Parts: sequence; structure tokens; C-alpha cells
Amino acid sequence: MPTFGNAQLKLLEKLCNVIAVSGDEGEVRKIVLEEIKPYADEVKVDALGNVLATKSGRGAKRTRVMLDAHMDEVGFMIVADDGEGVYRFETVGGIDARHLLGKQVYVGKERTPGVIGGKPIHLMDSGERLRKVPVDGLRIDLGLTGKAKVGDRGSFATKFRRVGPSILSKSIDDRIGVATLIELLKHAPTNVDVCAAFTVQEEIGLRGAKVAAQYFNPDMAIAIDSTPANDLPSHEGNENIAYNTKLGLGPAIYIADGSTLHDPRLVRFLSEVGDAENIPYQFRQPGGGGTDSGAIQKALAGIPTVSVSVPHRYTHSPVSISRVDDWKDTLNLLHASLKRITPALIAAR
Amino acid sequence: MTDILPFLKSIISVSGVSGHETPVAKLIAEKWRPLVDEVTTSRVGSLHGLKKGTGNGKRPSIMIATHMDAIGMMVSKVEDGFLHITNVGGIDVRVLPGAQVTVHANSGEELPGVIAMPSAKLLPESLTAGEVLDINYLLVDTGLTSREVEKKVRVGDLVSFANEPMELAGEIISGHTLDNRASVAALTVCLEELQGKSHVWDVWAVATVQEETSYLGAYTSAYDLRPQIAIAVDGTFAKGPGANGWQAHNMGKGIGLCMGPNMHPFVHKKLTELSDKLEIPWFLDVTTAASGTDAYPMQVTVEGIPTALVEYPLRYMHTPVEMVSVKDIQRAGRLLAEFIASLEADFVEKIIWE
Repeated sequence: MPTFGNAQLKLLEKLCNVIAVSGDEGEVRKIVLEEIKPYADEVKVDALGNVLATKSGRGAKRTRVMLDAHMDEVGFMIVADDGEGVYRFETVGGIDARHLLGKQVYVGKERTPGVIGGKPIHLMDSGERLRKVPVDGLRIDLGLTGKAKVGDRGSFATKFRRVGPSILSKSIDDRIGVATLIELLKHAPTNVDVCAAFTVQEEIGLRGAKVAAQYFNPDMAIAIDSTPANDLPSHEGNENIAYNTKLGLGPAIYIADGSTLHDPRLVRFLSEVGDAENIPYQFRQPGGGGTDSGAIQKALAGIPTVSVSVPHRYTHSPVSISRVDDWKDTLNLLHASLKRITPALIAAR
Repeated sequence: MTDILPFLKSIISVSGVSGHETPVAKLIAEKWRPLVDEVTTSRVGSLHGLKKGTGNGKRPSIMIATHMDAIGMMVSKVEDGFLHITNVGGIDVRVLPGAQVTVHANSGEELPGVIAMPSAKLLPESLTAGEVLDINYLLVDTGLTSREVEKKVRVGDLVSFANEPMELAGEIISGHTLDNRASVAALTVCLEELQGKSHVWDVWAVATVQEETSYLGAYTSAYDLRPQIAIAVDGTFAKGPGANGWQAHNMGKGIGLCMGPNMHPFVHKKLTELSDKLEIPWFLDVTTAASGTDAYPMQVTVEGIPTALVEYPLRYMHTPVEMVSVKDIQRAGRLLAEFIASLEADFVEKIIWE
């Protein structure tokens, strides 16, 4: 059984504080390689930058289980230089532009500090004050002599912190999945072959997962991600019937999302393991959104796939919030499930 | 000239929302105490530092007003562990979603939090999805359970911006509340410069309260101290993204000397002449009516006070990432010190109109 404590939280902190925007995942890749090398039988970095690690089990009739977590995060790319430290940028991945104005950022390999600025409120008419500023009305300002290159990536300068039962950080989506996958690889049970895929470019179209699945050709797959909760109070005291998950109720098992009907055998299996082991879990509300499952399930001749997520609030924003216990329960549910996997699980529908 | 940046960073790292300026007032008092003869607090909380002049008998005095309060927010309702908020001062609601804040809880604790923007599904259908939400739809999430929040927080608790100062390239400092703690820093530079100078007039270094809401501090301190001349120091718009009209000026290239109905033309002229003489780069800023600074209330205190306004260009006003040039702050401080040192005992009698 994996232990869960300060070391795991420190690893998550390290993973969350680095910047790895889709297409530029090097900073997370470095940490992953360093962490997993002593534990994997085989590690390779593929043509897209995925880290693909195999840890073989023992004995005959082992199921090849692909475990997936994406390394990339949403962020920005510098696209033009306006002079005197002011740069135009575009967002990479699904960022709501309303989260941008007035935020601190780091840009480029040197983590050059900057801010996202726009027109001050005093110079606006009253109509403008409640109007969304589109990304092309915003600038990244690095200070009068600040330098960046067109093509440099950037993200929010938020520092990871622990508060009470929670984690407050940028890019919990999906560093919490990456940290989970590292722990699972370190404690891989021997009844399965673990095929660990730390993927790239999830946020811009699940591109890393597609080739990772084609490389591993697994018997089944589990995508480990982080999903929005949307569990805030509804307006004027109305009941919130639009929540996706709820913080504090444990790992979210997917049944149906925007791109995948998750394999019903695996959905049932995970919930049965949770019941048997007394590990709390919840079903993510069926609806939109998705994970790397969307690419993995369709790969090759089809791969039985399920997703499990740690819930978070405020997706793709400067600060997301997750519960430590939800993460711990996610890790435990996945580990307990891996141990119980037999070829019979996916032998017939 | 001493390095003012560490002090400036320290005073933009604490709160001091209008009406609740004590946290920052303590830091300023500590810094000023060795630089002045006495530090006192007004009946409404403004800080008065008196540096006595060398003149004989009843000396004239000059008051330099720098407001120390900050715009912020206040808890208006606690619901399921989330906090509804309202504004204190002119908050730009567009910067709030995702902003890091501190909740100054009734329990005495400072709780970190983040401003949450509920999704369209949780908002009235009358609102256009994807548009900017007014402050009454936003919530603060502390990451604590609802039971803990109900125990610690109550209506009226303050919420302040919590992002740390950031030093940027080109001697630029960025953070929340540079409007107007940068002026407090400029006034501190002035007091440091005056240590090596002789001045006839008494100097009242004043850090005023509640400028952002009602000018309470400037009205009451000017009344209390009855200076012969008053100068406000505040930010003006710096040229930059979204700000390139006539109101905006180059950051880092000099200070603003403002002209308009709140300002006495003679005092203004003396400041411009002195800047020229000292080769301190400056630009002319103009206001057509109310200047929106402490110069506005001070001018009409008691039987009226000759008032001037010294400015520094500031980018992204009323956001948590305001920017100023450290050089401009030092320039403003130096000009104030030189102006004070230049004041002769009979300066007021020499004031001419036309």
C-alpha cells in the first residue's frame, strides 16, 4: 500500500509550482523522470515528449494496464512584442479570459516575472466596467526593460499552499494525477504490468494519450485526472443541481463525459473495490468535459477505459482548490483496484 | 539616497483597507519615528509625524498628505462555507475572479482565500453567460469546511488582496495598494533627505485614512494641524496597455506636477521652477475639476489652504498588479524635501495671484 503524507504533498507542491504549458512540458518531464527511474523497468521519452514507463509484474496471465496522467497545463504563449516590456499573448487550452486581468505570471524558461494588465477602470465609461476584456485587449507586462521571446510560454505565478483540509494551487489539473501515477508506479502490484503514460498536450486535444496508447497496446486503461466540482451555492438560495462533483466525497469515477462512455465493467469494478475496502468515492455527474480516456478508448482496436479524477474547484484559473483526503482516497482506490485486476475483468462484457 | 524598495515592499505586504488602516500604520510609524520629532495618531487614525523646523517662535507648517488606506472588500453574507462580498472603495470587479485574498476573520485569524466565479449554471438566467460578474455574484473560498468558516467568519469581516509584491525589470515594483503606499514611500524618502538639511518650517508628514471612501483623514488632519501649505502625493495614470490618452504619462521618466482648480497656481509654479533647477524630470498633469486626491479636501479646510499635488505615474490603477517606477518615487521624495528646505519664513506672505 502506498503511504500518504508529507513526502507526497511535497512532490505535488514541486509539480504544481513548475510551469509546463501544452507543447512545452519539459519542467514536469524532468521531475517525472527523476522520480520514476529507480522504479521502472523501462522508461522512454517518445516523439511528442510523453514519458512512457513500464513496470512488469510476475507470473503468467498478467493484465497490461495503462495508467495515464497528463503533464501539461493551460497557460499562455507570447505572440508579439509591443516594446518596453509589453507583450501580446494568446491562451493555450481552455482559459476563461475573465480570470486573466490583474494576475501575476511567469514567462519563459527563466521564469521572468510579469503581470497581466489592461485599461484602468477610471478611464472607462460605466458600460465598459462590466464588459469582459477579450485576450487581445490584455497584455503581459514584464516591466520597462523586461524581455521575452515570441513563442515563450507562461502561466500564473501562484504558489502552492496547504490550508486546513485543502490544497490551493495552480494546475492541480493534472499534477495531482501525475503525482498519483508516480506513487502507483513506485508501489506497482505484481499481478499486472503497469504501463505508465505521463502524457503531453491533453489540454489541446488529448494528443499525447493517443500515441501513448498506440505504443503500449494495453488490455485496459485508467486515466487519472482532476475534474471541476462546480459545487458552489446556487444563486438566491436555490439548490445546486448543476454540480459535477463535490469536494470531500472522494475520487470521482466517470460514467459518461463529453467524449467517452466509460467501460461499464471498469466503472462497476472500481465502485465495488471502493465498497469492499471502505474507500469513499463518488460518480462524476454525466455530462460534458473529458479526459485522456477519450483518445485512449478509441486507439487501436479499442481499449476498455475508465477515468478517475480528484475533484477541484475553479478549473483552469490562477488558483484551484482540492481536498487532501480526496487525493489520498483516489490513490488508495486506484492501488486497491490494481491489486484486484485479473484477466477475467475484461474477458467478456 | 537610501534604498526605499524594502520599506515599500513591506507596506504593500500588509493590509489596511479603508477604515482599518492599523496594520500598515504600525509599520509606517516605526519607520518614521527615528526620522521625526514625534509621531501621533489623529482622532480618526491618521498618522501625524512632526519634524520641527529651525524658525523662531511660532513657525509656519507644511502638511504632506499621503493616504495609507487601500481599496478592499467586506463579507456581506456567509453561505455554506462560502463568503459573499461587497466592495470598500472603487474595486474593479473585472480583476476579482481568481484573485488571492486574505480574510481578516472575526476570530482574529487571517485566512487565505481565493475569489470564486460561479459558473453560469449557478447564476440567474437573466445574466449573459461569459460576461463579467458584478461583485454580488462572486464568492470567497477559504478552502476550509463550512463548519470552520461559520465558526470563524462573520458579516463585516474585511477581505484584502493578498498577492505578494513582484519586482519587475527596469526598477519597476508591482503589487496591490501601490496606490497610495508608493506615496508613503515618497514621503519617507523626503523625511530621510531632510535629515541632512535645515528647514525653517515645521513639517507634518501625514499618512491619511479613508481617502478611497470619503477623504476622512485629509479633511480632519488638515483641520487639526492647520498647515499654511498642503501638498498631496498620489498616483496618476501611466501610459501603457489600454491607457494612451492625454491623461496618461510615461512611467519611470519623471514625476507629475498637477495643475487645476484644486491646486494653488503659485505653489504649483514654485514646484515646477524648483524641479527645473534641480533637473528633476517632471511633466505637467492637469485636472479640470476634482483631482480625486487628498488635495481636494485639504484645499477647503478651515478658511482654505494653498494646496498642491505631486504625482507619480502608475499602471493598472486599482488592480492587484499596480506598477510604479522606484525612480519616480525617489524623485518625488527628493523634490518634496528640497521644496520644504527652500521655504522661507515669509513664503506665505509672498504668495501672489496675478
